[in-house]
Order: sequence, then structure tokens, then C-alpha cells
Amino acid sequence: MARSIKKGFYVEKSLLEKVEKMNASGRKQPIKTWSRRSMILPDFVGHTFAIHNGRQHLPIFITENMVGHRLGEFAPTRTFKQHGVHTDKAVAK
Amino acid sequence: MPRLMGVDIPGKKRVEYALRYIHGIGPKRATDVVEHCKVDPAKKADDLTPDEIRQIVAFIQDNYRVEGDLRREVSQNIRRLISIGTYRGLRHKRGLPVRGQRTRTNARTRKGAKRTVGAVRDKTARAAIKAKT
Repeated sequence: MARSIKKGFYVEKSLLEKVEKMNASGRKQPIKTWSRRSMILPDFVGHTFAIHNGRQHLPIFITENMVGHRLGEFAPTRTFKQHGVHTDKAVAK
Repeated sequence: MPRLMGVDIPGKKRVEYALRYIHGIGPKRATDVVEHCKVDPAKKADDLTPDEIRQIVAFIQDNYRVEGDLRREVSQNIRRLISIGTYRGLRHKRGLPVRGQRTRTNARTRKGAKRTVGAVRDKTARAAIKAKT
């Protein structure tokens, strides 16, 4: 279910401050973040976020049509290897 | 059979039901249309006067997105999700459920008919299967 409009969007405060600081100084470098739940604001466009997926930080460049999504949507947390593959180890058993 | 919205030919049914054969019109919209156009919902679709048909078509065109336009919009939305690299786009691409449903069992609507994926012990047989797909 979508978040209530009354509450407004949610962005981690520290993250927002970081972006604002970078926008003010005009610098652009990847922002490392664990805050997958933060919504992408128009201010974020053009920045690169290193989004944590539980293991590493994936660098994601934010474009205009990503606004309104959450950071976590762009950094998958699961790796699906493959079914039914018999490695040499498994066959030996 | 009256033609509505280009391709749709709702059958010999009551108007309120016949309208639901249009992609993008369900129970709610069908009743809304009938109410707004002051057509008797119990009337058979065949018995609609040309004037009533015109009225219904105009109302639907002005208020709802139906048929081709709707289908295009939906597929565009999906394409957008895929192109910006979201998790939802990924699920669409893989043909798996998008909204967090379980996939250990069920999920047959998205996954289609059952396919057995088993381990193949023999190396040459495995290569043959791989070549097929």
C-alpha cells in the first residue's frame, strides 16, 4: 500500500543533508548509503548513490524518471544462482 | 451486435454486462456509464438505439482510457520499470510475481505451466539440455 500523502515523503535526514551540501558546493561524488528506504527526490538527480544491498554498495546513477522510487528498488538484495546444476562436488557424493 | 469503441462487440447481454467486454471497463465503470447515459441497465445491448450508443461512446471516450490506449499505457509503465532498473522491472522481465508473493509454491499465473527443473547427473545430457534452451 502506498504511503499516506498527509505524511509526505520519507528521506533519511542525514542523507538529505549530504545531498544538500553537495548541491550547494557543486561537488559530485558517490554517496555511500545504507538507507534503502529513502525516497528519491528531484534534488538527487544527477548524483550517484552507492546503495547497500546487504553485502556491498552498488553505485547507481540517479536519473529523472527514478524520482519517487526508493533507493532500495535499484539495488537487488538476492542473487539467484541457478537450479539443477550438479557441481563436481555434488556428483561425487 | 453493436460495435463500441472500435473493436468491441458486446453480445446479446444486458447493457451493464455487455459493456464489461471492453478492456478497461469493469462492474463499477459499467454501472457508472449506464447511470450517466440514462440507459436502462436491463436493456439488451442489441436493443440500444444509435443515439444511446453515441452517447455511451462519447462518455467513455471522455472519461476513461480503454482498449489499445490502456494496454499501451500499462506496457509503457512496465517498460519504464525495466529501463530504470528497478526490482519490479526485473520481476516483470523474469515473468515472476512482482509484489512479493511466494514463489516456492503457486505463482502459476506468472510462471505459466509447470516445468520440471531437476538435476541432471550426466554431463553430456546436461550439455544437450543447455543447447536446446
